[in-house]
Amino acid sequence: MTPSLILLENFLQALVAGVLLGALYGLMCTGLGIIFGVMRVINFAQGDLMMLGMYFAWYAFAGFGTLAVLGPYAGPIVAAILAGPALFIFGYLLHRLLIARVTGLRVAGLEGEGHYAQLILTLGIALVLQNGGLLLLGSEVTSIKTPLSASAWEIGPFVGQDVSFFINKARGVAFVVSLLVAFSLYLFVTRTRLGKSLRAAADHPEAAIYMGIDVDRAHRIAFAIGTGITAIAGGLVASYLPFQPYVGLDFVIVMYAGVVLGGLGSIVGAYWGGMTIGLVQQLSTLILPTQLQNTAIFVVFLLIVFLRPQGLYGRNVQRA
Amino acid sequence: MNVERSRTSPFLAVALIATAYLAAILLVKNQYYQLMLTLVPVWATMGLSWNILSGYSGLVSFGHASFFGLGAYTVTLLLIDLGLTPWLGIPIAAVVGAVAGVVIGYPTFRLRGHYFALAMLAYPLALLYVFEWLGYQEVSLPMQRQNPAAYMQFGDNRVYSALALAMMVLALLASLKIERSRFGMSLLAIKQNEIAAEAAGIDTFRWKLKAIVLSGLIAGAIGGFYAVVLLVVTPASVFGMLTSAQALIVALFGGAGSAWGPVIGSAILIPLAEVLQGELGDKLPGIQGVVYGIAIILVILFAPEGIYWRTRDLVMARHKTAPPPALEAPPVASIQPTRRQRVRGREAGQTMLEVSGLSKSFGGLRAVQDVSFAVREGEILGIIGPNGAGKTTLFNLLNGILQPDTGRVRFLGHSMLGMAPNRVARQGIGRTFQVARPFPRLSVLDNVVVGAYVATARDEDAYALARAALEKVGLTGAARATAASISTQQIRLLELARALAGQPKMLLLDETLAGLGAREVEAMLGLIRQLAAEGITIVIIEHTMHAMVRLADRFVVLDHGAVLAEGAPDTVTRDESVIEAYLGKKWSARANA
Repeated sequence: MTPSLILLENFLQALVAGVLLGALYGLMCTGLGIIFGVMRVINFAQGDLMMLGMYFAWYAFAGFGTLAVLGPYAGPIVAAILAGPALFIFGYLLHRLLIARVTGLRVAGLEGEGHYAQLILTLGIALVLQNGGLLLLGSEVTSIKTPLSASAWEIGPFVGQDVSFFINKARGVAFVVSLLVAFSLYLFVTRTRLGKSLRAAADHPEAAIYMGIDVDRAHRIAFAIGTGITAIAGGLVASYLPFQPYVGLDFVIVMYAGVVLGGLGSIVGAYWGGMTIGLVQQLSTLILPTQLQNTAIFVVFLLIVFLRPQGLYGRNVQRA
Repeated sequence: MNVERSRTSPFLAVALIATAYLAAILLVKNQYYQLMLTLVPVWATMGLSWNILSGYSGLVSFGHASFFGLGAYTVTLLLIDLGLTPWLGIPIAAVVGAVAGVVIGYPTFRLRGHYFALAMLAYPLALLYVFEWLGYQEVSLPMQRQNPAAYMQFGDNRVYSALALAMMVLALLASLKIERSRFGMSLLAIKQNEIAAEAAGIDTFRWKLKAIVLSGLIAGAIGGFYAVVLLVVTPASVFGMLTSAQALIVALFGGAGSAWGPVIGSAILIPLAEVLQGELGDKLPGIQGVVYGIAIILVILFAPEGIYWRTRDLVMARHKTAPPPALEAPPVASIQPTRRQRVRGREAGQTMLEVSGLSKSFGGLRAVQDVSFAVREGEILGIIGPNGAGKTTLFNLLNGILQPDTGRVRFLGHSMLGMAPNRVARQGIGRTFQVARPFPRLSVLDNVVVGAYVATARDEDAYALARAALEKVGLTGAARATAASISTQQIRLLELARALAGQPKMLLLDETLAGLGAREVEAMLGLIRQLAAEGITIVIIEHTMHAMVRLADRFVVLDHGAVLAEGAPDTVTRDESVIEAYLGKKWSARANA
């Protein structure tokens, strides 16, 4: 095999890995994008809410074993999907009991529109979730093991029987499911009345207020839906990656990078932002040492923020 | 914050607290509590560093770990590779932190709001991975057997506590000094309304850069000291998100925007966290974080702006201050000269502002197109036109908030193109806003002082100018009230006083009469006439035509961004196209009657 063919093979492998990972990043970014867009609140607990989604899926499938009856193929997927409604309810209550007290119209008169209180509240929630997770769920690394996660499909060979690449079956299945969820979500925000009003509110929160949308209710629903979507993404990630209670920290950064890349206030943009992050992360391994793949994300993130603050796919909403 | 009251008392308080703390350090023998006594001032210092940038200027930083971590590694690597003592390493770490402040601040200050906060988050995390990649996963500071004190290594832990206390006191004194100077006032003005601060002549970029340099300097120094105390440095412990979060949490918990906030926050939260960790950490891992998190949540629900401000509000409520007195009778009503005299008096006025071919488009919307006119010294020029005619956009072009696509603006013969609003203000053009932009948390006097800085380098003189401006508009009685508590009319006068305090040659007034009652309008008209009589050239946007025909010497009529007509009120109000576009048939019917 010639060096150029090895390069091609490595490139294809990284590209596929990037797309597979990017689709899941895209889904979790969409969840955060809905919340950030509608509420304009920096929610540091988003990664930890996703962690809850991962553990929910694990308990539903392996821990309590209820869904194990569905077998190793459908079981983890159904568990991941069910994390959505479960965390929807959790997010709804969390907003109602805590978040709503420092957001929306209540804080209009506070300095900096109450951003300080929001930041510290979500940091507090993140601390409680991470450490509460440690306390109740234990610190050992957990993973959902199925026959799928240990096997792969070979694509190819082509270019004269030399080049081929592999797709881990669990990753492949999670990818397909994430596409289906993302597509349903796309139909929801473009076709339904509720979805359209959420998209309008994310695009222009102030105008939404003037048009008589009940702000607190819109926030609550956005927060709950965003939490649910991110939890589904978490459940899917859990079907092939090991996790522990602090896993949220790694993902919350990726999510914010994706949302800003996609353009603040653009829900569809957030998906492509997440996809971009996945691709950058995986493709950077071709030229950079593995330890620096996250640095590559931040460098790309900073470049985008400086050169195109409206995001790759959005329009500029920060006006003087 | 009030500059004149209590000039000495906070410094006395610092001395008392430092002495008491030092006594506690000397008395405590238990090593565990000694470490706690060291960590409280360490994190208070880190919180103070965060507060100097984010608390005062409102630009929230999630990335203070950058400065902290660079400081920690500077001290550690200098000691290991060059054998340089931390006594020199820590000052060098401070310089490294300050330089990092410039390098990070310069590009990042172009961003606002959430973008700034999130971009700041990316720096320490990128650095974290770089330091791991460089092979600095876990670096220990070597023990120095000979002459350990020369390497900042002590057998007695109390020395570390005392050093930490000294660094905190320095940071605290610096913060208190900032709060009482134009540095702090300018940052507060930026936080409350950046555009208004610029228009009042505050060079917002320069002050923000100063703030991040000082902030980085303090964080770099305390990061270096932290490495000396813990003797082991890992990328996660100094560049990690928790380091940035800790700085932000102690400051916000205690009360951001006050030097005391981070100190209070650290004094409560650090012992709480350490005690929980020590007592329950091995039996219930994570309990520390849970209780810590719950404590933060509870405090923020009951005191969203932090403990210091909440306590202060409670104390203030007890000594309830009298509401600001109603506006005294405008002092100018009796001395208004008649219009005819004024016009004759300044017919010879030379051209002050010359606008030619000015255009500005937003996407497809041509907000201002090919506008040319001149303003003569001492006149009152009225700019009128229907809603959306481009009047406010024109003002934004004149004072540098927006830059035109084409055209020229010359003021007293100098081109104003490309100037930031604060430089336009320095040239002598003051500005008020259609939607009033006071600094709501500052007192009326402090609001006006912010406008006076541009006219003088001395803070005392700025206060004198501010008082004179308040006197002129008749707001002296409300000087101590906060800007959030005064009436619409008083806010209009406040903005006018803030513009006047900068000793402008020309004032741009944007709908100064909006929202005022009939009598208030009369008072305001009298005031504007008096300012003109004193030699200030006035350009005013106004909708109330009846007031305008009595006030202005000349009109420029805008419609769809272009000049429709220009000339004396009598001529312009008879112009068919003006009647058609703006005044309406009713006006002409009444005017001709």
